[in-house]
Amino acid sequence: MHVAIPAIQCGNFASVVNIISKAGGTARLIHDPKELEGFDRVILAGVGAFDFGMACLEEGGWIEPLDRLARGGRVPILGICLGMQLLCRRSDEGVRPGLGWIPADVLRIEVEPGSGLKVPHMGWNTVKVMRPNPIMPMDGEEQRYYFVHSFHAVCDEPSDVIATALHGQPLTAALGRANVMGVQFHPEKSHRFGLALMRRFLEWTC
Amino acid sequence: MLKRRVIPCLLLKDGGLVKTTRFSDPVYVGDPINAIRIFNDKEVDELMVLDIEASRRGREPDFGLIEQFAGECFMPLCYGGGIRTVEQAQRLFALGVEKVCIQSAGLEDMSLIRRIADRFGSQSVLFSLDVRKGLLGGRSVHRHAGSRAESRAWRSVIDDAVRHGAGEIVLNAVDRDGTMKGVDVDLIRKGCEELSVPLVAVGGVGSLADIRKAVDAGASAVGVGAWFVFYGPHRAVLITYPRYDELVALLES
Repeated sequence: MHVAIPAIQCGNFASVVNIISKAGGTARLIHDPKELEGFDRVILAGVGAFDFGMACLEEGGWIEPLDRLARGGRVPILGICLGMQLLCRRSDEGVRPGLGWIPADVLRIEVEPGSGLKVPHMGWNTVKVMRPNPIMPMDGEEQRYYFVHSFHAVCDEPSDVIATALHGQPLTAALGRANVMGVQFHPEKSHRFGLALMRRFLEWTC
Repeated sequence: MLKRRVIPCLLLKDGGLVKTTRFSDPVYVGDPINAIRIFNDKEVDELMVLDIEASRRGREPDFGLIEQFAGECFMPLCYGGGIRTVEQAQRLFALGVEKVCIQSAGLEDMSLIRRIADRFGSQSVLFSLDVRKGLLGGRSVHRHAGSRAESRAWRSVIDDAVRHGAGEIVLNAVDRDGTMKGVDVDLIRKGCEELSVPLVAVGGVGSLADIRKAVDAGASAVGVGAWFVFYGPHRAVLITYPRYDELVALLES
């Protein structure tokens, strides 16, 4: 399986490329949207601010070709961390519209003062899988993943929420519909749990 | 619920892994890549690698070596040592490092932390401070030989780093380093008071009970050096890490 990673900004692309090859696939950073055609799946990865991410997509000419792939329904797309948030309509972190493939807004994480909870939600957390989906098993061993984020996605449709993680309140850990999935955590930094997720992503056919 | 993190802290010197005692007498403990592979297999929460010679010798990070580390780490990797510019931090992130740890350059000019945090987010930049006890029991900032003494109170230096955007604080108890004789609970407690960001307590861990004490004193994460690389009274080199169920039983009860 060949995975395209749009090189939209600096980020931990090296780690994503590493885990895909460990999971049995191949991944390549691509710098030109025209190259998307040669690949059977796409990962949107990256760290940084929401507007910066959207600006990179726009300036690189990625939005229209990615939109076509998302709406075509055939090519699996996975957003990681900021990449997941970009799948949504908008974010408290910026003013630019998101890709809008998932009807959800990205809001700042609020924690109760005095609760001892901190923002960013950073570290390892367990997740609760809410519905059958292509990338995370519903049963079996407890799954834990590495998170780093200060904003969280809130979906209009509860059926778009794939998994949640508790941090004062349940936060969306994974979301998706049709061929588009997103994870708030970093599978590339989550040991065998992330590796298993990547293998499932590589095996997933839409 | 978020887990408290237990982080092996590995020290680099001339490309090899060493372990110090009270920041002196580095003992060679092996090849870093091999150690990192073992820690990866043991599914450690996170890994911290600090080059203890880079700043002292005015060297920049060994990017080639760090790239190899990142390729072995399927968990978050933090690197510190010799980082003086945003460009160096950016290069480390591109290699697959999650977090950079700033100390010497930050003590000279905290704006480096601000510039890294503005570009890559606070979660990506840690500030590390070494604190030692004086003869009269007072605590002060420890700086390596050859650099100017730090006159500010240690706690105000931490607050300054947080104001400049540090996303986490690494607090090293110099007097406990390498001793495995227990953590400095009082230091950790004072470090965590009114601190808005997570604190990684390092120095002195020699048992699971010590990890628990550091967490009870307020630490979000505990760094462990000697206890994870030495075994037995003669300090034979053996790389270990507690099992996940042991840590759950220890930290979630």
